[in-house]
Amino acid sequence: MSNYEDIKAIIATDCGSTTTKAILIEKKGEWYRLIVRGEAPTTVEAPFEDVTRGVLNAITEVEELSDKKILEGEKFVKPYKDKNNGVDIYISTSSAGGGLQMMVAGVVKSMTTESAARAALGAGAIVMDSIASNDGRHMHEKIERIRTLRPDMILLSGGIDGGTISHVAELAEVISAADPKPRFGSTFKLPVIFAGNNQARDIVKENLSNKTDLFIVNNLRPILERENLKPARDKIHDLFMEHVMAQAPGYKKLMGWADVPIMPTPGAVGLLIEKIAHKEDIEVLGVDIGGATTDVFSVFQGLFNRTVSANLGMSYSISNVMASSGINNIMRWMSFKMDEKDVRNRIKNKMIRPTTIPQTIEDLQLEQAIAREALRLALEQHRDMAVSLKGVQQERTISDTFSQSQSGSSLVNMKTLSMIVGSGGALSHAPRRVQAALMLIDAFLPEGVTMLTVDSIFMMPQLGVLSKVHEKAAADVFDKDCLIRLGTCIAPIGNAKKMGMPCVSISYNDIKRDIRFGEMALLPLKEREKVEIIINPAKGFDVGEGPGKEVVKIIEGGVVGLIIDTRGRRPFILPEDDKLRTDKLIEWNTELNVYPKI
Amino acid sequence: MAHAFTPGLKVSRKAVIYKERRLPLKGEVVCKVGDRVKADDIVAKTQIPGDVETLNIAGRLGVSPEDVKEYLKFNIGDKIKKDETIAMTNGIFGYFKTIIKSPITGSIENISEITGQMILRYPPKPIQIDAYVDGEVTEIIENEGVIIKTQGTFVQGIFGIGGEVRGEMKMAAKSNDAIIAVDDITPDCSGKILVAGSFIDENLLKKAVTVGVKGIIVGGIDDRDLKKFLGYDIGVAITGSEKKGITVVITEGFGKMNMAEKTYNTLKEKEGQIASINGATQIRAGVLRPEVIIPDFNLKNEELKSVDSSSGIQIGNIVRIIRSPYFGLIGKVTNLPPELLKIETEANVRVLEVELKSGEKVILPRANIELIEG
Repeated sequence: MSNYEDIKAIIATDCGSTTTKAILIEKKGEWYRLIVRGEAPTTVEAPFEDVTRGVLNAITEVEELSDKKILEGEKFVKPYKDKNNGVDIYISTSSAGGGLQMMVAGVVKSMTTESAARAALGAGAIVMDSIASNDGRHMHEKIERIRTLRPDMILLSGGIDGGTISHVAELAEVISAADPKPRFGSTFKLPVIFAGNNQARDIVKENLSNKTDLFIVNNLRPILERENLKPARDKIHDLFMEHVMAQAPGYKKLMGWADVPIMPTPGAVGLLIEKIAHKEDIEVLGVDIGGATTDVFSVFQGLFNRTVSANLGMSYSISNVMASSGINNIMRWMSFKMDEKDVRNRIKNKMIRPTTIPQTIEDLQLEQAIAREALRLALEQHRDMAVSLKGVQQERTISDTFSQSQSGSSLVNMKTLSMIVGSGGALSHAPRRVQAALMLIDAFLPEGVTMLTVDSIFMMPQLGVLSKVHEKAAADVFDKDCLIRLGTCIAPIGNAKKMGMPCVSISYNDIKRDIRFGEMALLPLKEREKVEIIINPAKGFDVGEGPGKEVVKIIEGGVVGLIIDTRGRRPFILPEDDKLRTDKLIEWNTELNVYPKI
Repeated sequence: MAHAFTPGLKVSRKAVIYKERRLPLKGEVVCKVGDRVKADDIVAKTQIPGDVETLNIAGRLGVSPEDVKEYLKFNIGDKIKKDETIAMTNGIFGYFKTIIKSPITGSIENISEITGQMILRYPPKPIQIDAYVDGEVTEIIENEGVIIKTQGTFVQGIFGIGGEVRGEMKMAAKSNDAIIAVDDITPDCSGKILVAGSFIDENLLKKAVTVGVKGIIVGGIDDRDLKKFLGYDIGVAITGSEKKGITVVITEGFGKMNMAEKTYNTLKEKEGQIASINGATQIRAGVLRPEVIIPDFNLKNEELKSVDSSSGIQIGNIVRIIRSPYFGLIGKVTNLPPELLKIETEANVRVLEVELKSGEKVILPRANIELIEG
């Protein structure tokens, strides 16, 4: 690999479950900029069964589009020679082949087990099941469960340091009795990480060192009041590379090509979301909606959380979105009538041919309706997981009586949230940016004042891993080419008795506008343009400072503009009457210019 | 993009097919390279460990875990019969003994001095795998299974349910676009594999199960009917383990879909012969499509074609359109413009031009077609 300062050209790929995306970054003057992007179907599956084929195809497209020679057969042309020849480094992320699938185990379900799940999720894994001493299942049921699921790896926690040993021993016995076999490669022992009570290490070794590939790291919950997830997360990353990826078709070759270790895609995206939140000192909610899974990342009260909804996605898992949300919840977002039978068949056809794309507006609207539901359900699951530590004793004074929050309450707060970052095909590739904005608003229901952004062409995974190698290149491209500011959304909390009643007045620059309840409005405010806005909510509506209280703040525009959403919050309800509902959807879509007129 | 193409479903009369037959756990392979095997022949066998049962010995005897061993009548590794005494306290003057009897016949796997738990294991269960197709063993996967080479007709479906079955092929539909009626499934269909044209519904499936039909190969099915037949909605496409008494191979997709003529005609030529079919489908993590295999050992070597080879899309290829508004239609590629084009949704995508049977030429995203491969 070239020296840090000498790096002039970077090629990066992300091997997703459906497509492999390649980006070319080059230094132009002082700044690193995105040059082109290419993509090709991922080739982990039969008939190819070699991930590198898709990588080469995606890079070949980059070569064609940039008129640059990057590959010489299957070798990278290195280092950078001139604008038509060579790159300095190659890096990659991957979620192909089903990503990293883990099981976690801990003593108390809501304490160490939940911390273990957070560690696994934060590292980019899908948690297939959480086993706890007190989860109500019999020992033989737990054993059977481990055997059937065949995870890639198990994270065993349990007990604070110096705490219970017998419960940890029981969990180790369960794993040992299950004698688990890894998903890939039947000749390998299953990796098990123990990150629990330091006094229980010998017992765990006794039970597991023969039957599994056992690794011991520091306790992820050394005391009740503190989590220490990093050692477990780091170990998961190492093992992901060494054990899981190395078994997937073609990955050994890919690992040989990459200049730094391949990261799990969600791990890389999470890294980037964390960086945004800390750099701007704001609360951020990120989402990456993929073909098989939807990941949600958040930083609230300075705490990073990630969840993955393993079976909510837009291709492989699209049918499961319908099964989870119910078909009526999908159809409620459609502004035209479509037969239920037709909707079902279209969804199933997308499931069995996941790489197809919508060709008609009707099909596009249906896919975007499904995306709303996938996003909504993924956020629901995130709310349940992103919670303050449970089991922690809190000291309270009399003044806390009316404002106390329980331990274990969700950290997700849409009112204090400053920014939503959307990523993944459905959002990044929506033909009109306003479609992405509206999907985010409908699914997440932001409250008060929130900035909406999307990853322009879905390159956060590559930038995440790049930030580990070359912080400046990642930061430059992220700011200038990746993050598209869609605009600010203002959504008063509250409801009026009926549509058309006063809701909010806003004024900025020369613009003054009263918006009534049940409307959507789109006002001009350009990308990177900042203005001071005065927001006056009507009685009973809250935009951040309390019901009826005026808010004055600096907001930023975007490629869509300023969106005012007065359709109500807490709760947000679409009209039940079919005619009224479709009329309103058409009215909002028209106001925001969401779809082309046919 | 020279390399971009969608691999299609294979339909071939002269295919060489390699089938891996692998045990879920290591075991014994009972054939050798060069052996000719019949579909029903057993090629490998093993024993999978029995299920476990746990007993809280310490708790039930009322003693501490480290003392449990003193009261045991058996050691780790011992075999034990149901109702044999596993552990017993001395009681008081020989009375009031606490006796724990074995709930199963099996063996003792572990006794923990930390938790006081005993793990008992049922006897291992024997499992065997057969050859699935007539053919020749070409490779032994040591202690795990074999690769069997066969040749003949190979048809891939897009989606299916149910596992491996074998039966005689019978053309129930008169043409690729016909829809068969419930009355067409007569008692003589029992044990057979039916080719059913463009569409089946729940009633047809139920009738087929009643009659004893082993499998159905058909163009399309409504998702609603599949849900009613299965009794649940398929969330993620991993199928093959359904126990509904029939295996179904869908060749085109959901909805009423004419079976591709090539597929229909290929199957028609094989009427009366024995087919091995499997509905197992997995779209993610190791794509698995349902399949129909009808061996034919009269084919000469030079006629055979490997089914694993795939080439890129070229002008003149026959393709199947796999997304609305032309879903299910078959056509010929007439142009492959290299530049991106804005389609109705306003997305800029790579496209191709396809001439439909009607003579109409349509522009489609390249992602929305698949090759009909042979």
